[in-house]
Amino acid sequence: MKTKGRQTLRQTLRFIAASAITVFFLFPIYWLFMISFKTADEIYSYPPVWWPKSFQLNNYAVLFKDGDAITVWNSLVIASASTVLAMLLGTICAYSLARYKTGGDNLSNWIISQRMVPPIAVAFPIFLLYVFFGWVDTYIGLILLYTAFNLPYVIWMMRGYIQDIPRSLEESALIDGCTRWQVIWKVVFPMCRAGLFATAIFTFVFAWNEFLFALVLTRTEVTTYTVQVTHYFGGQSNFWTKIAAMSVLGTLPVFIAVVFMQRYLVRGISLGAVKG
Amino acid sequence: MSFSPQHKNGFVDRNFKQLLVAPSIFLMLLVGVFPLLYLIMVSFQGITMTENNTDFVGLQNYAYLAQDKRMWLALGHTMIFLLIALPIELILGLAMAQLFLDKLPGRQIFIALLVLPVVISPIVAGATWSLMFDNRFGPINQIIGWIAGKDMPLLWTFNPHLVYPAILVAEIWQWTPFMFLLLLAALANVDKSQLEAAAIDGAGYWRTFRKIVLPSIWPVMAIALLIRALDLFRLFDIVWALTQGGPGTMTETISMFTYVQGFRQFETSYTAAVALLIIVLLSAVLMWALRRVELSR
Repeated sequence: MKTKGRQTLRQTLRFIAASAITVFFLFPIYWLFMISFKTADEIYSYPPVWWPKSFQLNNYAVLFKDGDAITVWNSLVIASASTVLAMLLGTICAYSLARYKTGGDNLSNWIISQRMVPPIAVAFPIFLLYVFFGWVDTYIGLILLYTAFNLPYVIWMMRGYIQDIPRSLEESALIDGCTRWQVIWKVVFPMCRAGLFATAIFTFVFAWNEFLFALVLTRTEVTTYTVQVTHYFGGQSNFWTKIAAMSVLGTLPVFIAVVFMQRYLVRGISLGAVKG
Repeated sequence: MSFSPQHKNGFVDRNFKQLLVAPSIFLMLLVGVFPLLYLIMVSFQGITMTENNTDFVGLQNYAYLAQDKRMWLALGHTMIFLLIALPIELILGLAMAQLFLDKLPGRQIFIALLVLPVVISPIVAGATWSLMFDNRFGPINQIIGWIAGKDMPLLWTFNPHLVYPAILVAEIWQWTPFMFLLLLAALANVDKSQLEAAAIDGAGYWRTFRKIVLPSIWPVMAIALLIRALDLFRLFDIVWALTQGGPGTMTETISMFTYVQGFRQFETSYTAAVALLIIVLLSAVLMWALRRVELSR
């Protein structure tokens, strides 16, 4: 009897601790979302108010009226296009690594080490290269860059997912007269559908959230939302309503994406080291 | 393994496996190796904002690098962030993973919510915390004021004593859930029968942890530490949003220093030397680490 009471007490304490921790980690997000609904008066009231009187959407309307919301569109175009490209090129490369052991361990290790290169170290030469090509502040410039930077991730992850599927199906498809391209399209891609999907979402989120390259390689035409957020910082006169509304516009799609990749999250962020 | 020989005729079939990797390798070489070669060349030249001096000046840039106090300080700041944030994220993440390991009402919902900071853009996380830390309209000072019983208008992003805690809080807030998720997965895979055997033998909590749990979760923990250490080494976004490296250059990281040299002051050749230093340092650490961590399979 006594141990049972102890058990319940223990569970209750654990539940309280878990709730407290979750509140701590969610509070800043809550605060950001609330500010985006507040009027300027509510934001600049002292002491701060924790709950807006009404959930007015004026802060968002302003972003669309001023044309700032176009930066979210830019992010969407760049992240989507680079994700599609990186998935296509990366997956066939991963297939070659997984099935033909192309380049052996050396090539695989070189590819993953490319993932570890700090962006700032290569940002400057890439900037000069882009000036030469006229690619600064263009979609094509950022799309190609994000594609290249996400390729190591896609190749590494897809190699793992392809290794998980049995070879026998590919072999029988070949015997049945499929060409090797058809084997990839009709057997491999459908078999690792879930892996493709999860990896694509991660790739999209990486490109969507990227800041440093976007800061360096955009000016006015294809500014992404992450760069736009920093434009609202200005010494003492921060445009809080815009910072918050723009941040929420940029964060909501990612939160929605997380819902879909819940099952693959751990495998995705651990570079495939943990298979969920 | 050899696929059916009937397909080994044309050029495409003969070079199939090379053709599949070619486009990816080409793009990666373009952004990975071309910049490296360029950096090596330019770092020996004398290009600055005012002078387009492409003569080779030998090790002049490197000599300057060796005695550039601001650069070494930036490297030092980066190491401070890394050495403080990483252990805290690890310990907090591990503690949280322990807490959430067993059955708990609403466990799945808690975990799903705790994931959210990880997927937010770091620049947005920084912006969010700068709103949180505002001296007058932010909730942090309000809460501190409740506890202290009087107004506490602390200047978190300007006061030299407070900027480091502020940045570290934001950084730890965003990435502790990352550690938590990986360690939770690792803890769930620890062999239950070994734990039971240890309990029957009367081994205490710490002994069980050291002898059974830690060796079992170490591979995952090592990878989590490696990923986070590399991220912290290139720390940029959160600091950019919170302090822009200020006050002065007190919180400037090595990434921010390189950015300022290259894109604000246009010290082309010097920036190249700094960037190369970063790559060399990182490669050394990486080669050491990758031999100890099993990344694949």
